[in-house]
Amino acid sequence: MKCCQPGCDNEATVHLTEIVEGQMKKVDLCEECAKEKGVTDPQGFALADLLLGMGASSEIEAGGSDVVCDACGFTNADFKKSGRLGCPDCYTTFAEALEGMVKQMHKGTEHVGKAPKALQQARSTTRQRESLQDRLARAVEDENYELAAKLRDEIKELEKESAA
Amino acid sequence: MDLNEFLSDAAKTAGRESKDDHVVLSSRVRLARNVNGRTFPGRAKKADRVETCGLIQPAVSGLSAMRGGYSESMANLKALEKQLLVERHHISREHAAKNAGSALVINKEQTVCVMINEEDHLRMQALMPGLQLKQVWQKIDRIDTSLEKKLEYAFDDRLGYLTACPTNLGTGIRVSAMLHMPGLVLQEQVNQIVQAVTKLGHAVRGLYGEGTEALGHIFQVSNQMTLGESETDIVERISKVLLQIIEHEENARQTLLQSKSDELLNHIGRACGILANAHIVSSKEAMNQLSLMRLGVVMGLLPDVNKALLDELFLVTLPAHLQQLAGEKLSGEERDVHRAVLLRERLGGINGLQLPE
Repeated sequence: MKCCQPGCDNEATVHLTEIVEGQMKKVDLCEECAKEKGVTDPQGFALADLLLGMGASSEIEAGGSDVVCDACGFTNADFKKSGRLGCPDCYTTFAEALEGMVKQMHKGTEHVGKAPKALQQARSTTRQRESLQDRLARAVEDENYELAAKLRDEIKELEKESAA
Repeated sequence: MDLNEFLSDAAKTAGRESKDDHVVLSSRVRLARNVNGRTFPGRAKKADRVETCGLIQPAVSGLSAMRGGYSESMANLKALEKQLLVERHHISREHAAKNAGSALVINKEQTVCVMINEEDHLRMQALMPGLQLKQVWQKIDRIDTSLEKKLEYAFDDRLGYLTACPTNLGTGIRVSAMLHMPGLVLQEQVNQIVQAVTKLGHAVRGLYGEGTEALGHIFQVSNQMTLGESETDIVERISKVLLQIIEHEENARQTLLQSKSDELLNHIGRACGILANAHIVSSKEAMNQLSLMRLGVVMGLLPDVNKALLDELFLVTLPAHLQQLAGEKLSGEERDVHRAVLLRERLGGINGLQLPE
């Protein structure tokens, strides 16, 4: 039996079975891949990672074969090989290919739970300012200068707050 | 600071008091985090990793929660020291293989460990004895909250915390407990439990081996999915599952005592005999026999033996701990002899089994 990892042609000597959500999943690896994937590490190893490596191949190809991340130069071939992404921006670069995979892997596709507070505040301020600026532009267009002056004051106030 | 001076001795580590530890040996929560705009460690060049590590390490060690702790680059640790940290469950084996550009920070109480540039920029975990997942989560949550003020995390409104591997996406949380299940193993019921738990979306694996032949009858239960469910929901769901497993294990132990007491006492009695008298003991044998003795102690069958002593022996008979004690590098065969000497010294002269009234 051959090793199941993409791009590997060695004889498989490590055979693993894990039951994930009532479904039996099997993985056959050669010694090298087993070592590389940390199969010998009872803490760090999750079969899901290996299955991800296999499932990723088709998903990634469906997303186009020559996508490269601008930020880190990561390609979908790299992803296929490692099952890992190169940098945070890769999630935008490979968004299309990742969508189906994430859906299969997790309970949902939208994050629920903790978020960094400072970041959330900064983002909410940005959104507020953008919305105010849109309304300001429209007010000016409509020659509603009274509203425009009010909105301009609100924007100033918001900027002062976020600076403080 | 010297690592050996920093780490509390095994007796102290094993002797930490906790409730509900007859089945649940320890509770752990791990969070994966990355710094925005920086390449993940697996992709980053060495110079990048060193730079990122130089940014993160002082931010972590400067936290008030880490005051009086231990902070060191992986490049400055010897192989044996790294293995010692693995045996204490402070770091993963993957992290033990790292060198320059990776680091670790441990708090003074040795309940929190932050790995820098493992698979993600930050892997922080809290580990405490017994069943206390909620407290463990709160502990690591507080550290994460103070750290997010110093580091800008890679976070997406829709996908949550961005991680190198999409399996950790969202909350980046891995909640796990180490379970001692000799009753279910002896009753040959462990497979049913494993299947039921995996159906609920949790992973079960032997701590030191695969499948039901888990060494020391120790299993690890953890969540699989990290996106689409909040941290507290994940912690609560797994806690409920654990309470059910505890009940099954306790039942299995009582059934053994009531209907197969000869078999049970034979297992435990032989374990005492072997460990108190053998001259060559492999780590596998030590773990399995110590596990049976622990069962005897928590069931009240070995009134003269202290549970903390067994937990300590569990730890100090592991390869790196044995070599640290011996003060030299030992081959596998030498270790088996050293292990036997240690076990005879500590367990020699114990009184036999007593059936509870």
